[in-house]
Amino acid sequence: MSVTTIPARTYALRQPGWIARLLDYKPFLIVMCLTPAIGLLTVFLTYPLGLGVWLAFTDTTIGQRGIFIGLENFQYLLKDPLWWNAVFYSIFYTGIATIGKFALGFWLALLLNNHFPLKSLLRAIVLLPWIVPTVLSALAFWWIYDPQFSIISYLLVDVLHIRSTNIDFLGTPWPARFSLIAANIWRGIPFVAISLLAGLQTISPSLYEAAMLDGASAWQRFRYITFPMMMPILAIVMTFSIIFTFTDFQLVYAITRGGPVNSTHLLATLAFQRGIAGGELGEGAAIAVSMIPFLVFATLFSYFGLARRKWQQGEAND
Amino acid sequence: MTDVAAQPGNSNVASATRDTMAWDSRARRVMMIYLPLACFVLILLFPFYWMAITSFKPNAELLNYKEHNPFWISSPTLAHIKHLLFNTAYPTWLKTTMFVAVGSTFLSLFASTLAAYAIERLRFRGSPYVGLAIYLAYLVPPSILFIPLATVIVQFGLFDSPMALILVYPTFLVPFCTWLLIGYFKSIPYELEECALVDGATRLQILRRITLPLAVPGLISAGIFSFTLSWNEFIYALAFIQSGANKTVPVAILTELVTGDVYQWGALMAGSLLGSLPVALFYSLFVDYYVSSLTGAVKE
Repeated sequence: MSVTTIPARTYALRQPGWIARLLDYKPFLIVMCLTPAIGLLTVFLTYPLGLGVWLAFTDTTIGQRGIFIGLENFQYLLKDPLWWNAVFYSIFYTGIATIGKFALGFWLALLLNNHFPLKSLLRAIVLLPWIVPTVLSALAFWWIYDPQFSIISYLLVDVLHIRSTNIDFLGTPWPARFSLIAANIWRGIPFVAISLLAGLQTISPSLYEAAMLDGASAWQRFRYITFPMMMPILAIVMTFSIIFTFTDFQLVYAITRGGPVNSTHLLATLAFQRGIAGGELGEGAAIAVSMIPFLVFATLFSYFGLARRKWQQGEAND
Repeated sequence: MTDVAAQPGNSNVASATRDTMAWDSRARRVMMIYLPLACFVLILLFPFYWMAITSFKPNAELLNYKEHNPFWISSPTLAHIKHLLFNTAYPTWLKTTMFVAVGSTFLSLFASTLAAYAIERLRFRGSPYVGLAIYLAYLVPPSILFIPLATVIVQFGLFDSPMALILVYPTFLVPFCTWLLIGYFKSIPYELEECALVDGATRLQILRRITLPLAVPGLISAGIFSFTLSWNEFIYALAFIQSGANKTVPVAILTELVTGDVYQWGALMAGSLLGSLPVALFYSLFVDYYVSSLTGAVKE
């Protein structure tokens, strides 16, 4: 019996044969597993990235293949005051918003790191501005910044009597710029706070106990324990935050569309206006490509500027 | 997940030591913690309150602060929501957005599960570099890509089709999900897979019967994150979709409902509120997964 069944079983195992063996052949399996992800990323990310750089050197418009024109697009941009204005506002917007987000976000993280009732509910609520679609909350801000029916103006004029006239939030350049930055900070605080809170919770309480025994003040404990221990996480979160603030599009597009008189254009909204709405794909691509050097610089600066401390301490804490 | 579980223990220790501190009086605690926290919560939630209250206010109250207190509604109305649901294509937009979000979530979960498994478990020469390359893809912002991508979409004949969005969204979803799932697969003991290998299971059987069931929390985190991100996406949807019926909610509200010089604030805010609700609900069901995916990714 057994003599006959065993060959039969091995036969049955081998018979589905080549598919099963192929699926167990490691190199094939690796290629098969990586194909969907790598394929999607190559076709819709790497290829467009290269194509974008190529388009920046052509005079392509919608519906017409462009020809190579060298650096002409960039020379044009360098002479374009609107582009310079967008560069200025992108840097200003990123700088002020990042400082605001991190100062307030760090503070909120420190507050949330305390022990109090309903803590997890509060943490969930705090994340809401980050969850809700940016454009939709931007619309709420647009309504809050309304020239006539702004609730902030109402508070200042009719309730607190600090001012006599309504604030014109979005009608003049500088107030519009700061209004947008405020909305961006509002949206960015939760992400910074929750990420940093996770970092705070990894710091061992025994460090604080030791410092307290040595008589360190609250500020000293923050300055010499919390802050250095948070550096690696701060570096990562700040790199992300800078990249996505510098290339922000939705908030500005939803609230001002670059106005008044083009004063609040970021590079991304300018690229959209010229490239998609205006049809000048080549020029739009050149504006988008001109963001890359700033991004690379900001990334290197925030990442190495902050992460450098880590190996100076000689600690491997990630 | 781990710090969510560990946190009550930690804070108990912290509060125990704090109770013994003489300087930590109750008044000081209120001033230093509760008051600033209350301010933060007030400011972070105010726009939502304002959104909600505006969408139920009749127009007469909406534009008259002298006779009505703007912070409250004296005669709530469903007119704005009714207008939105029956006089505009809002239900269609919701359906399109749902279709796009679900489609791209499943596509990116499929692709990134396989990729994460290959990188973390089928270890081959260069697998860390593939992981790094996928991670770097996350740092490429959509604002740089949307113009060339628009030409690619036109070449593929997908312009103005929700399919274009389903195929494009994985470019920012796959890197994050892969990254998250690599972390999850790492936490599953390799011995389990070895046992199965010894018992004669094929690699795909191992993935389906052992690794995936154990990675369910990671898959849920990645799924929620993908869903919210694709629901919220704006710039690609704005650039690739032209006809009103195929627009997603964020784009449609901004381009179809904002008409002329007199803004229908009631309808706009009602649209924003309804458009935020699905993600907010979805999120509230899985808060812990979401927070852990956000913080887990930061810590990796």
